[in-house]
Order: sequence, then structure tokens, then C-alpha cells
Amino acid sequence: MNRFAALFNALDQSTKTTAKVAALAEYFADAPEPDRVWTIAMFSGRRPKRAVTTTRLREWAAERAGIPLWLFEESYPIVGDLAETIALVLPPPTRQTDHSLSHWINALRGLAETDDEARKAFVLDAWDQLPDTQRFLFNKLITGGFRVGISQKLMTRALARATDRDEAELAHRLMGNWQPESITWHQLIEADDRQADAARPYPFYLAYGLDDAPEDLGPPEDWQAEWKWDGIRGQLILRGGQHFVWSRGEELMTDRFPELARALDFLPDGTVLDGELLAWGDGVPQSFNALQKRIGRKTVPKKLLSEAPVILYAYDLLEDGGADIRALPLSERRARLEALTADLPPEAPVKLSPRIAFDDWAQLHAIRATARDAQAEGLMLKRAASPYLAGRKKGDWWKWKLDPLTIDAVMIYAQSGAGRRANLFTDFTFAVWNGNDLVPFTKAYSGLTDAEFRKITAWVKKNTLQRFGPVRQVTPHHVFEIAFEGIQASPRHKSGVALRFPRMSRWRQDKRVQEANTLDDLNEMLRIYG
Amino acid sequence: MADPLLTFTEQGIYCPRGDFYIDPWRPVDRALITHGHADHARWGMGHYLATDLAAPVMRHRLGDISLETVRYGEPRDIGGVTVSFHPAGHVPGSAQIRVEHGGAVWVASGDYKVVDDGLSTPFEPVACDHFITESTFGLPVFRWKPQAEVAADLNAWWAACADAGQTAVLGAYALGKAQRLLSMLDPAIGPILCHTAIENTNAILRDQGLRLHDTVPATADVDPKAHPRALLMAPPSATDSKWAAKFGARQTGFASGWMALRGIRRRRAQDRGFVISDHADWTGLLWAIEQTGAENIYVTHGYTEIFTRYLNSAGWNAQVIPTQFGSEEEDAA
Ligand SMILES: [Zn+2]
Ligand SMILES: [Zn+2]
Repeated sequence: MNRFAALFNALDQSTKTTAKVAALAEYFADAPEPDRVWTIAMFSGRRPKRAVTTTRLREWAAERAGIPLWLFEESYPIVGDLAETIALVLPPPTRQTDHSLSHWINALRGLAETDDEARKAFVLDAWDQLPDTQRFLFNKLITGGFRVGISQKLMTRALARATDRDEAELAHRLMGNWQPESITWHQLIEADDRQADAARPYPFYLAYGLDDAPEDLGPPEDWQAEWKWDGIRGQLILRGGQHFVWSRGEELMTDRFPELARALDFLPDGTVLDGELLAWGDGVPQSFNALQKRIGRKTVPKKLLSEAPVILYAYDLLEDGGADIRALPLSERRARLEALTADLPPEAPVKLSPRIAFDDWAQLHAIRATARDAQAEGLMLKRAASPYLAGRKKGDWWKWKLDPLTIDAVMIYAQSGAGRRANLFTDFTFAVWNGNDLVPFTKAYSGLTDAEFRKITAWVKKNTLQRFGPVRQVTPHHVFEIAFEGIQASPRHKSGVALRFPRMSRWRQDKRVQEANTLDDLNEMLRIYG
Repeated sequence: MADPLLTFTEQGIYCPRGDFYIDPWRPVDRALITHGHADHARWGMGHYLATDLAAPVMRHRLGDISLETVRYGEPRDIGGVTVSFHPAGHVPGSAQIRVEHGGAVWVASGDYKVVDDGLSTPFEPVACDHFITESTFGLPVFRWKPQAEVAADLNAWWAACADAGQTAVLGAYALGKAQRLLSMLDPAIGPILCHTAIENTNAILRDQGLRLHDTVPATADVDPKAHPRALLMAPPSATDSKWAAKFGARQTGFASGWMALRGIRRRRAQDRGFVISDHADWTGLLWAIEQTGAENIYVTHGYTEIFTRYLNSAGWNAQVIPTQFGSEEEDAA
């Protein structure tokens, strides 16, 4: 596993994209082919079936390290990664071997047939011959979750460089349901198209946020405007009499949204749509809160299906009559999409996300301001002449979101972070005033710079009033501006409200605690935006 | 039971019988100082007592102070209490402070590490009944590799940078860590440039007889082109500054015990992290505690709760002592 560990270190140690791509390209050119396939698989979130439970791994590691299990468990959240915690607590290896990545993966897959005793012997033996990074990676093969800062985009770029193939074509090849166990490098990367794979989605085209006003984009007539929906981005594939629903994160969600099966009754085979999965009711999109009940459920009880039925609000057509039409201009794809969806009855689980007509940018500014009334987060601007590209590319698609809501709140509890923030206080609880009391209403973790986190960490250490396990109650002193995307009533919370995507937008060192907002202010926001 | 010889107060560790404090964090009349780091040697004490080896750095940092010095192992009587300073191996001049009265022996160890870095006077275990220990790296995930192994990695990195025409910029705390790294570097690879903050400390330590490799002060007017293949050492805050930018194409490295954790390595967004600490690792802490023969252990800055719980489960009588050590220094530990 030396070669793979060297790749991993090169990726992990560099902060520069060019160096990462170069290291990957070199690996894809010279590593053994089965190792390349597994590397692609793991860096895109696939992993071998788990052969050993993490519970057993922890027990064996603690035993081997000669420490009580509780001490291992206390160390784990501080390190923030199980595979790494194990690699660190174990004594150094007594011998060294160099088997390939695929060797270890195949050996782990073979464990499925054995008993607990044999698995333990195998794992302990592996730990004893793998140093540092290799040991960590071996554990990762079991636990999954490689995070090496390699986006699909970078990996595809490296593959393109190593193989001299087109990047967009490679991106498409890597989508879908392929299994690293059964596919070869040749089949995955080099062979003529994998026709058989009816479920294979197209890479999503992702928009950039628009920082400034849209006036710089040029003549308004070159642009198409739509609402930016607050749902789940999804791709609906109708091929060979089957349907498939993919998330942007390349997760197959077909079973989670059984309503969409009926799309086959209304739309022709050989259709692929890009759109937003939304809860639908009374002829309009419902808030994200309604959809939230469906997230995380693998199967859906009947009651929920009728309470929060989900539709695909379609805004792009990628495949029409079995032909890939991504290269056509948006205006043409839109015309076909409108034709295809023109006569859909109300019960069809696919609807057309409307275009927003506008004459000039000033008018669009006014329309955007009403986005919350439409249950939208803002606007999307898409260049009418643009093809459907793969991945995040600047220039043709922009999201022009509403400014977040904000409230000034007092920090009252602090907790240290995990992983890359293990020695910093990064998780805070915030409160607003209710008379002379501070009522906690939200937690927030992100939004500060590392320098600010270091500063607040030093302050927390000196201003702790009480400890509750890992949580410290601190002197109410610092005011932070909390930004959030939405607010809803929540009887579970002491404050009666729950925020969507709260984060610290500014450290208001200019404000005294008395100047923070009140519970009444929060309730007023709930009344207006809830 | 007699009153304890050392107590833990708002101002810091206090000896009522001798009326003195050890590393106090608020102004007091008489302060015994373990070493010159900012969280231990603070400003504003009436009288300071420290080792002769720690004194020059303290004078440099604290200015004109009333400072008396002792040698390692030399006993002093303060109000009928016998105090002596013993090597802590943390940085040059750092000490554990032994306090004895009426047969009871306490040791406040300040910051310490148990491996010999070739520069600081090596740690010497001091037998006692009561041992005050730090716990900066008091978790079993922290275990340091032999210094020679890390030195080989460090030099390989520097040589690779030099071969690629890049300046290797190495972040290090000015007192202790910087000189230790210096001793690990191989001057055959290229010249070693030091930021003024580090160079000042180098000069003080050279003056007191420490042998350090030759360095070039990286002052404002230094010409980077005149020093190809250079390694530039700077305090962590300066490695990404405009000042560092004038050295052109470069890679940054950072040396600290925290670099053992991948998450922290990545957060600092340095090109390389080297696991080198001035503090004891898990094994070192346990070894040191064992060696003192003490039954009562007082655990200060670091993973105090977890480390204390472990000591108690392993048969010691341990408790957490809240302190204000750590903070700025901790990050570079
Ligand atoms: Zn120190
Ligand atoms: Zn310290």
C-alpha cells in the first residue's frame, strides 16, 4: 500500500490544486489498474462492504494499545476520526510489508465469510505490519469516508490528463451505479460506452453565487430567470421503462420518492430531467420544513406520502427521445422541456418550474425581493445560449440569493470542535434577552476565521463559569451577529423557534451585551418569515 | 493532617509558609519562575527567582526586573522552606521547582519533556510526595517518534524545496522550539535564515554558551537572492506575512506536537507538519509521574479531566487544578 499512501500524503500535504492534480495524474498513469479503479471508487464515496463493525475495531485497538476502552472513546472525538484514532494509539508495527491496495481490499472482502476470531486475528496482524499513513488508510478501507479535498472535478481532471481523454466524457463515465468489485479499468475508462447502464445520470451543472448585482452580466435579454427553489436538487431518469432519481451528491434516491414512479405514465421513455424535488400542496411549493420530514427516510409511510407529496419541479431537459441534448443552447432545451410538459395533468409528479419574465434588471431586483413569498431563496440566472456543462463552472449559471436574515445574540455556552478544530472552541450556543434573562435559541459552528476562533478560545478558557462535560458555560459578554436562511416555530426549543442554516456572520465587538436582540424581536421575525 | 505546603489560588500556585508563588499569572511580591515562556514568566512581579540559564531570556522579555538566580540543584531557604530548581528538559533553562518543609516534598514541574533534545539540560525526575504536572498532550494518541527520525523528514523536505528552487519557511516558537529545530537541521543543505524575533533569542542563548548552527538574520534589508537554497525560520504568525512573501516561491512547514493530528495539520493549511514538541507525550508523562514516586498528582493545563481520570483508574490520587497556563504558547507546543 506504499504507492497509495504516497499518493494520499501528496494530496493531504499540499494545499495547492495543481500539485494535487499532478500527484493524482501520476498515480492514474502508473499504479496497478485494479488499484486505480478502487482509488476512483473511494475518492467518490464508494467503499468495500464493511467487513468489521466499528465497535469491534475500537475494542481491539484499545486492547492492543493497552488502554481502557473509555480512554479510547474519550480520545476519539478529540481526534475526530476513528481510523486516525486507532492508527495513533496502536504501538509501532513490528514488521513491514508492501502489499497493493487491491490486495488489502480483497482480503477485507474475504473476511465476510469468516468468524469474529479470524477477523480479529487478521486485523491485528495487519496493524502490526502497516506504519503510520498505511495503517490509517487500512482503517479507512474499513470505516469509509476518505476526505482528501479531492472533488470529482479534480479527480476527473487528473484522469483526463493521465489518459488523454475528454474531461466531460470522463465525468459522465464515472457517474452512476458501477461497482469497483466487478468493473475493470478498461471497462470504466477506456471501453466504448457502457450502454447497459440505464441508471447512469449526467453530471450536474452547478451555479456560482452572484456577489454583485446582475447589471454586469450584460443585456437582460440574453438571460433566463427562474426562482431558486429551496428543495433538493434532483435528476429524474426515465429509461427502459424504469425510473431513477439521483441527488446532486450522486446518491440514488429512487426509493425515497416513490411518487415519482408515476412520471413514467406521463412522460416518454428516454427522458432525463434536471429540477428540484419539493413538497407540493395547494398547487404551490411548500416550505423546506415540509420536505424535511422526508429527508433521511429510506422508505416512506403512507401518511407522510399524502401529507407531504413530493414533485420534481423541472427546469432543464438533458435527454430527449433517448438523445443527449446537453450541447444544445438552453433556449432550445427549454422550448423542448415546455413542449414535453405542456399537457401534464395536475396529478403528474413532474411540473414545469416557470420562467420569470422581466424587461430590465431593475424589475428583476424588485421581483427578487418577493422571493420569500414564493417559497424561494432567490433567483437563478441562466444564459439563454449556454449548453448544459458538467460541474461548477463560472459564467453561464448564477444563483442570486436573498440576503440572509440576521439577529444579534449573546454567546453563553462553548464547546470544542472535532477533527481539524480539536483544540479550539468552535461550537457555540447563543441567546437573546427575555427581560433580564438570556434565552438560548440557536447553536452555530461556522463563520469565524481561524484567527477569530483562536481568540475566542483563549477568552473561553479564562471566562468559564461552569462545566457540563465538554460544554462550558461562559460569562455573557460577547455579541455575535447570527445569519440564517429561515425561521420556524419549534415547540422543542426553549425559545419556541428553530433557525435554518444559522452561522456567525460577524463578531460584534462594538456591541455590549445589553445591545443584543430580544425574544420579541425573534418572534416578530417568526411572524413575518415563518 | 498538616496544612498543605502548596495551595492553588486565584493568583497561581502559592506556598503560604514561604509566602511565594510559582509562575503566578497576576502581580505578586515574590515569584518563582519555571521558564521564560510568556504564560509562565509574566510581567509585574515584585521579585523574581529563576535559574541562571533562564534569566537572560526573562530579562530580554520582561525588561528591568528584580531577578535573582540559582543553579540547578542549589537549595534556597525561603521563610524556612527549602526550594530548589531541577532540569525540566522543556527549553534551555527550564526547571521543575522542588519545595520541601517538615519532610513533605512537592514538585511543580511547569512544562516538561522527558526526551533529551541535545540542547536543554535533560529532564531529571525528582522524588516527591506531591507532583504538579502539565497534561498538554495527555492522551494516548500523542506519541512522539525519535527526534532523529523527524530530523530526517525535516531535512528531506528542506532539500526537496531547495532542489525545486523554493524557500522552505519553517514556523517555530522563538524560545526553545526554534533552537531545537536549528539543532536538527543539516547546514550542508543551505543557509539558515532567522526572523529577528528568533535571532534575538538565538543571540541570547549563544551568549550563555549554547552551541547553535550559524544563522543569517533575516532583517528587512536581507536580499533573498543572495541566499539560494535557504531555510527561513519565523514565528508562526509571520510565515504567511508580506515579509515572508518577498522570499518568492516557498513552502511552509510547521513544527508542533499538534501536527500529530491530521485535522489540525489541515486546518493550519501548511504544506508540511512536523511532529516535534517541547512537551512530554503520553508515554513521557506517565513515565515522569511514575519516576517521582508521588502518590498525589495535580494535573494542570491540557487534557486535565481525561488525564486525571486515567491516573485515578491506574491507582494514583489525582485531581484537576484549574490554571491559566497555555493559551498562546499552547498552539505552538
Ligand atoms: Zn513552556
Ligand atoms: Zn506552558
